[in-house]
Amino acid sequence: MRPAHDMLTPVTIEKSFDVDRIRTEFPILKQRVNGKPLAYLDNAATSQKPQVVIDAMNRYYLEENSNIHRGVHFLSDKATQSYEAARKKIQRFINAASHKEIIFVRGTTEAINLVAQSYGRKYFHAGDEMIISAMEHHSNIVPWQMICEEKGLTLRVIPMNDKGELFIDKFETMLNPKTKFVAVVHVSNALGTINPVQQIIEIAHRRGVPVIVDGAQAVPHMKVDVRDLDCDFYAFSAHKMYGPTGVGVLYGKQHLLEAMPPYQGGGDMIKSVTYAKTTYNDLPNKFEAGTPNIVGGVGLGATIDFMNTLDFEAATAHEHELLEYATEVLTTIKGLRIIGTAREKASVVSFVLEGIHPHDIGTILDDDGIAIRTGHHCAQPVMQCFGIPATARASFAMYNTKEEIDALVKGIYKVIEVFS
Amino acid sequence: MSALRELYQEVILDHNKSPRNFRRMEKPDRKVEGYNPLCGDHYTIFLKLENDIIKDICFEGAGCAISKASASVMSSLVKGKTKAEAEMLFNSFHRLVTGESDGVEEIEKLGKLAAFSGVSEFPARVKCASLAWHTLHAALASNEHRVSTE
Ligand SMILES: Cc1ncc(COP(=O)(O)O)c(C=O)c1O
Repeated sequence: MRPAHDMLTPVTIEKSFDVDRIRTEFPILKQRVNGKPLAYLDNAATSQKPQVVIDAMNRYYLEENSNIHRGVHFLSDKATQSYEAARKKIQRFINAASHKEIIFVRGTTEAINLVAQSYGRKYFHAGDEMIISAMEHHSNIVPWQMICEEKGLTLRVIPMNDKGELFIDKFETMLNPKTKFVAVVHVSNALGTINPVQQIIEIAHRRGVPVIVDGAQAVPHMKVDVRDLDCDFYAFSAHKMYGPTGVGVLYGKQHLLEAMPPYQGGGDMIKSVTYAKTTYNDLPNKFEAGTPNIVGGVGLGATIDFMNTLDFEAATAHEHELLEYATEVLTTIKGLRIIGTAREKASVVSFVLEGIHPHDIGTILDDDGIAIRTGHHCAQPVMQCFGIPATARASFAMYNTKEEIDALVKGIYKVIEVFS
Repeated sequence: MSALRELYQEVILDHNKSPRNFRRMEKPDRKVEGYNPLCGDHYTIFLKLENDIIKDICFEGAGCAISKASASVMSSLVKGKTKAEAEMLFNSFHRLVTGESDGVEEIEKLGKLAAFSGVSEFPARVKCASLAWHTLHAALASNEHRVSTE
């Protein structure tokens, strides 16, 4: 899949995307921090939420709150309908074949753990191998390490070059008859790299190996079509795509999910229980034990409604413009080095300043109301790859502006001045 | 910029730029690593002890300006002190950076340590400032070889 910005000309962007109007939908952006206008450039950590999502969640608690799938009364019906409607919205949003393939989870992390514990427990055996990449978030490393250790698998890692691009040819040679699974990130949160996941999936499938894609950073910034990708599993979090925290999605191909054992046991995931035998529920309920985050699901549904009102390609193009502008102006700063310079990148700029630790950069920028992330971004192996302990990271969403990037640059000069 | 100036005082910037006692020690009596997993700051503290006295102290490692300056100031302050005196300094330092010091008088008594008074306005940075001290504390107290702020 090609990122949407490739298909657009700058003229359409101006016409169809009005950043000032978009900003008015996000009340938190009006805030001042330390007397300065907030410049929220930490969107890869979590995005802000539009008023319509906040309202939908409020309305749920004000008018519909009840438990789902179990009551015969009016409110329970209403709540169940809202929750299940959200599932169908998600299905259409990522173009899944059936709503049964949409499993509500806590977020990307839980989605990956679910697959590791359920699929891995059933299909992994001692002596097998699985493959991840050198730019995974800890949430796409540790769950696999846990199951690999338990089952006696070797975990292999696709290496990357110094721009932060995976060596796809090396990946191809790593696949062998022992390979049972591939887990790869769609867009790297630490480097911004957009990985050629479609190609990776195609290569793996030629060997009959299923693939899970960590889409936490992709879904907010590009159109994702799981059937076009042909991925076997796809994981993402609502909170990074303008939705609420505490809810996310595992997409899985129906025949795979059907063959997998449950992840957790409890209410809602059963058909019948006796002490002798429990019959599990059908998809998707089999994987949704217990009362879920109902308001979160409803909020995610509203988030998708919101995203559907946007000219998504234009929003993506705007973000790409921000990325190019930031890259251009930041590179003019002496002593600043951008970490992650892949050809295909999403709107993430990780950087280091010579002689100044990212933590100090973050504190000084915050004084001017500029919110960035500093640290290892839950990707310590990536930092080790580049031989640095941490980076400062600015990550943009569609509501960010060039003025905010100018403020960032000004702030960085102030950092340099403090330490001169 | 005043809270920021309070944080990045001259003493801190100076010790960050040219940290004192910033070296390895051959055959130390104690050697402990301190690590802040949140930001990757890590230092190794080397001690030479004579009975109860810190005969020599030095450190190496990397981290932000606050953590490095803190390790540097600490090393220059505790050299020649008894273990008990060093622990008392740690106590005062801890009160200072968590904003628990009793007014100006207590802070003035701290001498060079007072440079860290601005840290209390930045809760996210308290761990940076305390890392070296926790590491020293571990080195003095036990046979531990690695401490973490978490
Ligand atoms: C690439 C990537 N994968 C996974 C995650 C984990 O997402 P969550 O914390 O929402 O489960 C994140 C977010 O930090 C991420 O950026």
